[in-house]
Amino acid sequence: MPTMEKIQINRRSFLKVTAMAGGGMLLALYASPLDEVFAQMRFPEVKLVPASFVMIHPDNTFTIMAKNPETGNGVRTMLPMIIAEELDVDWKSVKVEQADVDSAKYGLQIEGGSTAVPLNWMAMRQIGRAGRQMIVAAAAQTWSVPESECTTKSGTVQHEGSGKSATYAELATKAATMPVPNFQTLKFKDPKDYAIIGHPTADVDDEKIVGGKPLYGIDVSLPGMLGAVFVKCPVFGGKAVSANLDEIKQLPGVRHAFIVEGNGNISELSSGVAIVADQWYQANHAREKLKVQWDEGPTASESSEGYLQQAQALAPQKPQQILRHDGDVDSAFGNAAHVVEAFYAYPFLSHATMETRNTTASYKDGKLEIWTTSQLPGIGVMPLSQFLKMSPKDITVHMIRGGGGFGRGLVNDYFFEAAYIAKTVGGGVPVKLLWTREDDMHHDFYRPAGYHSLKAGVDANGKIIAWKNHFISFGSNGRFASAANMEADEFPARFVPNYELGTSMMPTGIPTGAMRAPGSNAIAFVIQSFIDELANASGKDSVEFLVDLLNVEPLPAPTGGMGMRGAPYIAARMRACVERARDNSGWGKRTLPANTALGIGAHFCHMGYFADVAEVTVTGNQVKVNKIWTVGDIGSQIINPTRAQNIVAGGIIDGMSQLMDYEINIDHGRATESNFNGYEPVRLTEAPPDIHIEFLNTKYAPTGLGEPPLPPVLPAIANAIFKVTGKRARRLPLKREGFSWA
Amino acid sequence: MPYKLTINGTHHTVDVPGDMPLLWVIRDVLKMHGTKFGCGIGQCGCCTVHLGDQAVRSCLTPVSAVGHRHVTTIEGLSPDGTHPVQRAWIDGDVPQCGYCQAGQMMSASALLKKHPHPTNAEIDAAMEGNLCRCGCYLRIREAILHAAELAHGTEDKSSAAL
Repeated sequence: MPTMEKIQINRRSFLKVTAMAGGGMLLALYASPLDEVFAQMRFPEVKLVPASFVMIHPDNTFTIMAKNPETGNGVRTMLPMIIAEELDVDWKSVKVEQADVDSAKYGLQIEGGSTAVPLNWMAMRQIGRAGRQMIVAAAAQTWSVPESECTTKSGTVQHEGSGKSATYAELATKAATMPVPNFQTLKFKDPKDYAIIGHPTADVDDEKIVGGKPLYGIDVSLPGMLGAVFVKCPVFGGKAVSANLDEIKQLPGVRHAFIVEGNGNISELSSGVAIVADQWYQANHAREKLKVQWDEGPTASESSEGYLQQAQALAPQKPQQILRHDGDVDSAFGNAAHVVEAFYAYPFLSHATMETRNTTASYKDGKLEIWTTSQLPGIGVMPLSQFLKMSPKDITVHMIRGGGGFGRGLVNDYFFEAAYIAKTVGGGVPVKLLWTREDDMHHDFYRPAGYHSLKAGVDANGKIIAWKNHFISFGSNGRFASAANMEADEFPARFVPNYELGTSMMPTGIPTGAMRAPGSNAIAFVIQSFIDELANASGKDSVEFLVDLLNVEPLPAPTGGMGMRGAPYIAARMRACVERARDNSGWGKRTLPANTALGIGAHFCHMGYFADVAEVTVTGNQVKVNKIWTVGDIGSQIINPTRAQNIVAGGIIDGMSQLMDYEINIDHGRATESNFNGYEPVRLTEAPPDIHIEFLNTKYAPTGLGEPPLPPVLPAIANAIFKVTGKRARRLPLKREGFSWA
Repeated sequence: MPYKLTINGTHHTVDVPGDMPLLWVIRDVLKMHGTKFGCGIGQCGCCTVHLGDQAVRSCLTPVSAVGHRHVTTIEGLSPDGTHPVQRAWIDGDVPQCGYCQAGQMMSASALLKKHPHPTNAEIDAAMEGNLCRCGCYLRIREAILHAAELAHGTEDKSSAAL
């Protein structure tokens, strides 16, 4: 089967990279923001076994462990679905249980980088199939018949010849003594026989959610638990020098108030003041009386306006580094019929998860127990154990459902803070640290701002012959700040014969990090808007121009190395998405209402291909998105269609928030925006009334969906706005240009 | 000072400061965790509860302002998840992260009490203040319309619950 073969090839390439990178087996699969995370991890080669994932109960029902953290992408439901399918049991007989952090048992436990499917599609099928194989072996032995004559269905084994039949539960004790089969020899179900995979399956937590049952990090409640706030310097990296702690300790409910020095690592434990009270409300109320003398440190002189001025000054200069160079760019400009230059800029963004950061921790007799909504808690255990001078074995971490992640939870600062405060309080008293919305927006690891100075030339036939991008970003000593990089092979690299991507970096004290579709969430807007500018300059239809560009025979993909995407950009897959979105939307074939136009955007990231057409009406400066047609290619199988549709629509709406409103302004080294009144997600009234979603099922192994649906919607809408108004927005968010949602 | 509250039909007496927001009385004192904290300034709607028939933001409602009005929280919509709004939310598999949904459902159920067959404009007006960071809005709108149908279809049993 071609799909299978493809997966095997991918698996082998994983292993090849493992050897190269010495333990970071995933490096080749991700855009760099996560590389950094993975580079810090040395997780052992883990052999997953069915016993870690599947429990068979006497009534022939099953508990299946969900190995990864859940913050809203549906993996707590989806990964167990895959196991249940290959185990051949009915979904209604399955109860899902969340695993704790245990890398020896579960390997890497992460929610990030759209990795749940590519990293687990094979592994979860193997677990389910191997488990089934052990049960079949038990049946065959019991009945003295060949395994090959036994079949399974709905948690039972049958032997047609003898008419014998037994439930998995009846065979469980014996099955547990059977050897775990060699995963390479397993024969998986034919996808046409799938009864769970590919069938819409409601989230396993839906009933708890609609009943208001405790479920999230903020809901953790333990006997004798105290509530805590942790007050940090509004300037990033600032330190608490002194505070009116004696006064604070006198306030109602307050049990502890102390200064935390921090460990000098802003992604772990910053300096600040902890206030711990009987109730969280009391701690937060006491905070109103808190007076702290801060040493603000060097970042206090930084500002968004300052970065923009620096970027504008750097733009005409020679880039500090060349990331990629093909052909002879400068000569090619001489042969161009049209040359277009533009400067694009986008701001810092905050993740603004609906549930603010929180973690509960309890410390007693050298043991620490933690309940957290982190998307990658495992990575925090080792540095935490070192900092607290404990053995990692003495730290137990429970993964609690998080109210949104979007990459914020990949950094474990709140986790460190809660652990440190609980250890300071001691005595086994559980402490729940909860950040206010203002804490959350003021102490994020922001999507970095960025600036692109672009110049491109198009020949008389409308072909891009030269492209130059001076990308001005953040970093120092030749090293990008977290998530502030751009891939050397980012589209349209390889599709333009004379191409240069250069970069210059500005040092910054602002913490940056991965945010849903890191890099891509901004770069797609820049690249796809600029390509639209080129189409317009050459007088060609925007979709035709993009399709023609994707029809170019690409230059070779870069080979090996850290930070590459691993999966090369396959132009035919992207082209198919663009053409399908064009056709679904009736592009060029419909008469549109007044002040209405269609715009196109397409982007590849995290191994997924998405193209969007947006129909937009602009009245004055008021923008109404009437409809989005989106087409995605994430391979051969959509595992849970109901969640997939929801995630795609959500990605589009998330992208719209970034396009119109989201912006964190830095002033005097601190974030200016502090709550949803200055940082407004799209509301129900602003969401498109209709989003048409289509997945192209292709022969490629299934890949992830958290990130790739988001990026193309920004340029699709912006390009439509240009068509209506003639105004080309080159600086995000659009509210800066006077636009608002209708 | 002590305040008498009736929440989901149960009487409570809480000894808390009068300016303590109802949200934190519900969550921290009475340990009912369905009502969520999102912003603390009435911008997101996560903390929506009913005071009488009115959907209000409990993060901005001081406990002293509750008076004799009955409070209904997500836990009080139905004892067993059978309120039409709850059923519609399940049928539509509405949530992604799910964190805002208690607030969404409280706004939706207040809307349906007032407008059993809401127009899109009435849905807009009632739901505009409830943010969903995951962007489940299309499903939320569909689920409200579906809940209206469910309530209508089983009028004898469920109209009282609305």
